[in-house]
Amino acid sequence: MTTTPSDQVRADHQLSMDELAAVIARDIPAGSFVNLGIGQPTRIADHLPADSGVVLHTENGMLNMGPKAEGDAVDPDLTNAGKVPVTELPGAAYFHHADSFAKMRGGHLDVCVLGAYQVAFDGDLANWTTGKPEDIPAVGGAMDLAIGAKDVYVMMTLFTRSGEPKLVPRCGYPLTGVGCVSRVYTDHGVFDVGPDGVRIRETYGVSAHEIAERLGIQLS
Amino acid sequence: MSRAEILESTDAAVAGIEDESTILVGGFGLAGMPFDLIDALIRQGAKDLTIVSNNAGNGDVGLAALLAAGRVRKVLCSFPRQADSWVFDGLYRAGKIELEVVPQGNLAERMRAAGAGIGAFYCPTAVGTPLAEGKEEREIDGRKYLLEYPIKGDYALIGAHIADALGNLVYRKTARNFGPVMATAATTTIVQVDEVVEPGKLDPEAVVTPSIYVDRIVQVEARHYTVQGAR
Repeated sequence: MTTTPSDQVRADHQLSMDELAAVIARDIPAGSFVNLGIGQPTRIADHLPADSGVVLHTENGMLNMGPKAEGDAVDPDLTNAGKVPVTELPGAAYFHHADSFAKMRGGHLDVCVLGAYQVAFDGDLANWTTGKPEDIPAVGGAMDLAIGAKDVYVMMTLFTRSGEPKLVPRCGYPLTGVGCVSRVYTDHGVFDVGPDGVRIRETYGVSAHEIAERLGIQLS
Repeated sequence: MSRAEILESTDAAVAGIEDESTILVGGFGLAGMPFDLIDALIRQGAKDLTIVSNNAGNGDVGLAALLAAGRVRKVLCSFPRQADSWVFDGLYRAGKIELEVVPQGNLAERMRAAGAGIGAFYCPTAVGTPLAEGKEEREIDGRKYLLEYPIKGDYALIGAHIADALGNLVYRKTARNFGPVMATAATTTIVQVDEVVEPGKLDPEAVVTPSIYVDRIVQVEARHYTVQGAR
């Protein structure tokens, strides 16, 4: 694995999930077709500039999804992939499930942002099951999204609650996709991953050298 | 298939469903779930069913009620575990129900293949994961794919918005989800709708499911629920 020491600290503190969502929103190219995964990544929508022209796809069958619905705007026939009632924006389109997933596999979706249990330095993703016997396996659209979007970003905390790194040389949890992630956004920093290994892009509240040491990354 | 029948009751609509049938059940969570057809199926009594649906029931209504009635032997779905999937969770942990987890896009495409007469297809989803186990892998133009087979139903139970009397269907918003695909993939497709209109009242350009795929239609009072604990 190789890495470039871009030892620049972009923030003097670890980012909150909202701050991280803003960073990701900043990096999504204007006009992209984007799928935001269930959970933390849905926050990114709140930080996309109104004039970004980003069109949100939800895999249950819609393009140009709007914000979460509140009060009278709640319509049980209109939800996101997390089954939360949402709204439609002008120019929205509905389609059935086979069409929706063809948009991913067919290479039409520019970016998807997913949560993860673990990401490997080479871009392997584990985000669907811990594999423990008591954990009922549920994959949803995670495997389809992982291999479908042109760029797959992960949004997660860099460490577990007990302090174990989630960006790892090799995933211990069952895989969702092989070599599919290109970038990992975390509270401690942003990393590029892939066939050439991991590279630190920027860090928050900690130096690249400290992060490299904690993750076992060799700075070149 | 001959033209669709308009039935007076949900009980008539589900008549004849045999034990051990494979039933495709529409809906994503509770959007598009054919609640009334499922309630009728519970009254009808068919058992040892295999259910193909995106989820494995939410709350205590629809598919969850069918599971709670003990009529389901196996579920093929993409996402059984949810905040309100307590009925399935209990049956699964007690070893009373079989589960086959299928990636959501493969679930849809395998039914699409069944409805379109495709014998099997190569798909890149799940390569290198535990869900690739037992599947043929092939490299085509430098990319790895898995061989996936169609999923065909004996029956499909789906919810749509409006039907015309010939069986053409339109849906509402994301309640469309699996309906149009399932309608093509079952021997007998049974649809509950909020309204039946005369032929000519639906814009032909807007019809989503053409009548050729539809066998039985019943009009019911619209019932809607939202998933509890969704986030």
